[in-house]
Amino acid sequence: MNLDMNSGPLISLNGVNKYYGDYHALRDISAEIGAGEFFSLLGPSGCGKTTLLRAIAGFEEISGGTITLSGKDMAGVPPNLRPTNMVFQSYAIFPHLSVEQNVGFGLRKSGMGAANKARAIGAALDMVGLGHLGGRAAHALSGGQRQRVALARALILKPKVLLLDEPLSALDRKMREDMQVELMKLQREVGITFVLVTHDQEEALVMSDRIAVMFEGEIAQLADPEELYRRPATKRVADFIGVMNFLPAQAGERLEVAGLGPVDLEGVISPQGAVSGACSVGLRPETLSLLYDGETARSREVRGVVDEVVYYGDMTYYDVRLDGLEAPVRLSMRNTVGRDVLDVGAQARVGWDPRAMVVFPD
Amino acid sequence: MRIRPLGVFAVLYLVFLYAPIVLLPLFAFNDGTVIAFPLRGFTWGWFAELGNIPALHEATLNSLIIACSVAILATCLGMFAARAATRYNFPLKGGIMGFIMLPLVLPEVIVAISLLVVLMQLGLETSIFTIILGHTLLCMPFAIAILQGSFAGLDQSLEEAAVDLGETRAGAFRLVILPLVVPGIIASLLICFIISLDEFIIAFFLSGNEPTLPVYLWGQLRFPARLPVVMALGTILVALSIVLLIVADGFRRRGLRKMGQNDAGGFL
Repeated sequence: MNLDMNSGPLISLNGVNKYYGDYHALRDISAEIGAGEFFSLLGPSGCGKTTLLRAIAGFEEISGGTITLSGKDMAGVPPNLRPTNMVFQSYAIFPHLSVEQNVGFGLRKSGMGAANKARAIGAALDMVGLGHLGGRAAHALSGGQRQRVALARALILKPKVLLLDEPLSALDRKMREDMQVELMKLQREVGITFVLVTHDQEEALVMSDRIAVMFEGEIAQLADPEELYRRPATKRVADFIGVMNFLPAQAGERLEVAGLGPVDLEGVISPQGAVSGACSVGLRPETLSLLYDGETARSREVRGVVDEVVYYGDMTYYDVRLDGLEAPVRLSMRNTVGRDVLDVGAQARVGWDPRAMVVFPD
Repeated sequence: MRIRPLGVFAVLYLVFLYAPIVLLPLFAFNDGTVIAFPLRGFTWGWFAELGNIPALHEATLNSLIIACSVAILATCLGMFAARAATRYNFPLKGGIMGFIMLPLVLPEVIVAISLLVVLMQLGLETSIFTIILGHTLLCMPFAIAILQGSFAGLDQSLEEAAVDLGETRAGAFRLVILPLVVPGIIASLLICFIISLDEFIIAFFLSGNEPTLPVYLWGQLRFPARLPVVMALGTILVALSIVLLIVADGFRRRGLRKMGQNDAGGFL
């Protein structure tokens, strides 16, 4: 990350609102995105993340608030005059043009000479690893190649901001993971601000400097990936990011957690401030562990019965029914030598740590 | 080989459908004025005769003017409708599109009579112009059906991508949308041209003293001696229609291939 904070934020969203008739699609969105930042808008479908991206691009007129790009108010500025370029979800490769013509499309108005244009197109294609495909017809490309063409086509214009609308959702899993890494490298290379829209929390965690989690047109939390994962602001964010076990609890002098027992309130993560009365305690699967013979918990332990085993090769997920708890808790174990995978129905000792607990009021 | 009832039906059906059309060229090349078997010998004479009838040339010119105007008019209007139908949502969209497509199923005689009544009420003389109006009404549904296929296949982001890359709305339409729908436009032009060229009922009602080709043909049926000439003319019209239809569908298919889509339906 090479945040250039001296010159102020590159993008400022100030109280952005958007209505479609009666439907309130964006509610008072305020955020600042720095130059060179990899910023993600993450949320379930219908949360307004794509609307917000399209508003930054200029395809949606906002109903209230301001969007400024390097200090300039973008109100009334059409998409073709904004210093942003977009990679569309469908990639929107022009099917009647060749790869080169697609990539060079934005240079039509640049006034560049033919030789310079050809050089720029070649460089852009090399950047995305498609240097050998320039002459190919666009409709003869594979999904991954289309995506690279879309990237090259947008980056050739050296925009201040590259907007990416779910760019990886059409790719298969392996390709998606490769492209995540490649996108990060590319972003670091070109130093351009990337704003990514995705519904895939893993994708957002892997790639982003900061993530805005959106629900129902509002930003629920804006934080870096680690903060988001470890200190989710609300129960809903906690549930949306990764896997989280929720245990019913009662807060008084101490925190009485069902199935685990009493815990001191100090040391427990409490993003919404002090809690009292009925609340929920969140625990990530990797903060719980199965204790094998001879092992003792670093903090505390509890007994249960293995209810379900999901084997992933490197990891195993266990659903364990703890004594005195209705719903099983999920925990994950790295599969290493000397730790056999337990069978369903086996007695298990589960180690846990109060410091990993995140508590939310109900 | 086992005779399958459905196969027999299919053959009979095709014979019934195309036998009259096959007879047309048969008698057009027959060296005799009587339309009856046996055939009497081969001749180009009736086709040569076509060159000597000024009234026919006038009718042909009328028909060509009308067909060209109608093709352009109906295709342009069809483009507006097709784009509106595929790109935008507006109140009563289904009803409005249904109304535009209605001439497809209305009895032509009814349409022709209503048009005549309206024209008379407006105090307009029947002329080439009125036929153009009537034929445009008739061709619109075909133009829209063809063009809607072209427009519907377009990803909306294509246009946005072009704008995003610096083009104006108009530039995006010219550089991206138009090239992709050109095959549909050509197909629509050709189909409308044929429909107008071959149309009789509306032309008959609205032509006044400027007959089109089919109206002229109809008039000639009163003279038995002219029948072989009519056959020759009919042969030309049929051949022209078939060729244009094939060309039109070729363009439509090419358009689909260009966008990497599969062919679904069409006229041929």
